[in-house]
Amino acid sequence: MTFKILRFDAQKDNRPYFQVYRHVPKPHETVLEALKDIRDQQDPSLSFRYSCREAVCGSCGMVINGRICLACRTQVGDLGANEVVIEPLPNLEIQKDLIVDLKPFWDAYRKVEPFLQAPGDVPEKGHVVAEKDMEKVFQYITCILCACCYSACPVATRDGRYVGPAALAKLYRFTLDPRDRRPFSALERVDGPDGVWGCDTVFRCNDICPKDVRPADGIEGLRRKIIAGKTKRLFRRKP
Amino acid sequence: MLRHDLLIVGGGLAGLSAALGADPTLKVGVISKVHPLRSHSVAAQGGINAALANRPDCADDTCEKHAFDTIKGSDYLADQDAAELLCQRAIPTIYELDHWGAPFSRFPDGSIAQRPFGGAGFPRTCYAADRTGHILLHTLYEQAVRRNVTFYDEWLVTDIIVRDRRLVGLVAYDLAGGEIIPLRARAVIFATGGYGRIFFRSTNAYINLGGGIGMAYKAGVPLKDMEFVQFHPTTLFGKNILMTEAARGEGGYLVNAKGRRFMEDYTPKAMELAPRDIVARSIQTEIDKGNGFENEYVHLDLRHLGREKILQRLPGIRDICIHFAGLDPVDRPIPIQPAQHYSMGGIDVDATCASPVEGFFAAGECACVSVHGANRLGGNSLLESIVFGRIAGESASLYLRGGPSEAGGDRETAETARALMARIQSVHEREAGENVFQLLNKLKRVMSDTAGIFRDAATLRRGLEELAVLREAYRRVFIYGPCGRYCQEMVVLVEFEHMMEVAEVILLGALKREETRGSHFRTDFPKRDDASWLKHTIITRSDKGPVVTYRDLQVGRYAPEERKY
Ligand SMILES: Cc1cc2nc3c(=O)[nH]c(=O)nc-3n(C[C@H](O)[C@H](O)[C@H](O)COP(=O)(O)OP(=O)(O)OC[C@H]3O[C@@H](n4cnc5c(N)ncnc54)[C@H](O)[C@@H]3O)c2cc1C
Ligand code: FES
Repeated sequence: MTFKILRFDAQKDNRPYFQVYRHVPKPHETVLEALKDIRDQQDPSLSFRYSCREAVCGSCGMVINGRICLACRTQVGDLGANEVVIEPLPNLEIQKDLIVDLKPFWDAYRKVEPFLQAPGDVPEKGHVVAEKDMEKVFQYITCILCACCYSACPVATRDGRYVGPAALAKLYRFTLDPRDRRPFSALERVDGPDGVWGCDTVFRCNDICPKDVRPADGIEGLRRKIIAGKTKRLFRRKP
Repeated sequence: MLRHDLLIVGGGLAGLSAALGADPTLKVGVISKVHPLRSHSVAAQGGINAALANRPDCADDTCEKHAFDTIKGSDYLADQDAAELLCQRAIPTIYELDHWGAPFSRFPDGSIAQRPFGGAGFPRTCYAADRTGHILLHTLYEQAVRRNVTFYDEWLVTDIIVRDRRLVGLVAYDLAGGEIIPLRARAVIFATGGYGRIFFRSTNAYINLGGGIGMAYKAGVPLKDMEFVQFHPTTLFGKNILMTEAARGEGGYLVNAKGRRFMEDYTPKAMELAPRDIVARSIQTEIDKGNGFENEYVHLDLRHLGREKILQRLPGIRDICIHFAGLDPVDRPIPIQPAQHYSMGGIDVDATCASPVEGFFAAGECACVSVHGANRLGGNSLLESIVFGRIAGESASLYLRGGPSEAGGDRETAETARALMARIQSVHEREAGENVFQLLNKLKRVMSDTAGIFRDAATLRRGLEELAVLREAYRRVFIYGPCGRYCQEMVVLVEFEHMMEVAEVILLGALKREETRGSHFRTDFPKRDDASWLKHTIITRSDKGPVVTYRDLQVGRYAPEERKY
């Protein structure tokens, strides 16, 4: 089989180029395993990120035959093609080969205050949370921050200031959590075109997410909470 | 030169917990070779132990009972005071994690849910479905972001510098910048994780090479009990991805090719929930006896649990089976085999996480306090990483408050950085030589073949000989690509050097320990021998090679007895 891999080294190349390798994958081999074999046996200079090899650490997002996915969870056989084309995630600058600069992604993450805000001291026997309420956040906590959604998002392509689906889904996760007491002003921070109103609702993030987080559900949820919060405030002002 | 009061190496649970435990007025930095959220801790599935006694029918669980289970599970090699400390701290730790946002699964009364785990007398493992490591690592990272901790992401620490038995600094390779950088610190905490990938079959992340342990050893810090390597009984055949113990905790069966629940022949009382060392050996014995499938694996059968329970309690496991093995455990049994899983041994530290080198601390899987002794119980290692990470942060802060003056050492630190650069340069200038990735693959084979589940003197000696051959080959190592940014050849080149030390200490410790205890099973010495071996192996590096000594262990209130399950 042929593997066509995008190569780029900012320290020596003017522009990215494709390099072609031949490699015979083993049965059930994943694209990440194929990349490692190619690196170990043919070209040790090939760079890509990896860690867990089981789709939980979020290191190995890339574009494989035109589709954004995790290399460690994509089986070569399932691609049904004789040629595998591998490129780095779009919407982010290439640092080396398949490694991109995730700074904009992490900056957006930090912007939403991605931590639980529970006031007071640790309750002696822990928080009491209904089983069902806790399970509501489970959809969002499976997010591994792989940046696949950010890369797939047409708004992030257009506008570098847009915080993107993962960060917004993260914020929504906290607003769903009965232990969280962040003030409404924390939501207002994403009440604009860089935040929830930037979303085009084309749901590319939902389609692409390798962990079925459905970030757009979170964006929708935040929009509803923001509108509800503002309406409430409006009524409160009226006598 | 970059200067800190305290540098923490490792962004897994132990490292983050250390950062959160450190005095916030100090200048602290966390260095990690991958973004902290990519650390191996994220992959932990089953849960974290604490005697919360939340299940109504188990209200009389206590931290003493947790400590007893831990000590018995350790085959009595744990330091009993340290194990008690771990279990006492467990309860407030869980409630703090909960307050920080960890979304633990709940019981119907709204309290934190708990499930049974191997070797435990009560269901005391707290969890978030089967993604416990994931939610805990994200929670601690979120708290670190909240407190504005300084991170050096994607920096690989390559050397520590010790002068007069006192730590003075570090050298690191900044992958994104492509540079080698000296850093000064008055104290350092290592939280670099385990060495799983020194073995061919391992549940660990690819990045778990264990370089940190070897680096400490090279700098003169002793290593403790390194011969104790945990093999997990149930890993997905072929890929060795973990199938959490929770799968058995929730009621899964182990079945051989004859269709028999063979654990009946080994531990009729505990059945599938005996401690890991015993279950792993039982599976391997079945396979060796010809009762396995294709002579390679047995089945983990979850089908009788039903679709709903699998979906609710083990969704991650199901996902992995579907995506990595093309089967749904709702309809088909899972092919499993044992694989390396955890490092009980590690950098020799006491219960304050201090090592014999002043200013150098260690916590988490890279360290050995020891709370797990010869065998760790499931759910105790996330706990250890968080509890002792915190203790390390606190002790290092206390040490710094004592105000050790800057020991000097700018010159040594800078020189070490220059020496590394020169060495990389000279390796790079070679025209040809050994490919380091292939050396790594060879090392894994050696360790799996000679220091696996069953060991004896002859194979361990062969392991040491084969390791010596690899050492020779490493002298001819060579770098193909440019040595600039994100040069993963450089990463593995540096780590491999340290890994060879780790491998040697494991093999040597295993060869010298002429008994069977916990995970260390010697076919030529198949009995536990408390009269001669109730002691820790301590291996220190000298100019003439490794020096092996022993330290008596602290037996507390629990006298060693035979382990029956
Ligand atoms: C698949 C799996 C499932 C598990 N499930 C459970 C469970 O259910 N319950 C339980 O209690 N335990 C479980 N464990 C064990 C537990 O996950 C680990 O022991 C624990 O997470 C270790 O944490 P740590 O912080 O010590 O190390 P890690 O999380 O491995 O972190 C190590 C850190 O050190 C950094 N690092 C290493 N070397 C360097 C260097 N040279 N320079 C810079 N940075 C470096 C890495 O980047 C990383 O950030 C499981 C383990 C595995 C393999
Ligand atoms: S390597 Fe961790 S998600 Fe692929």
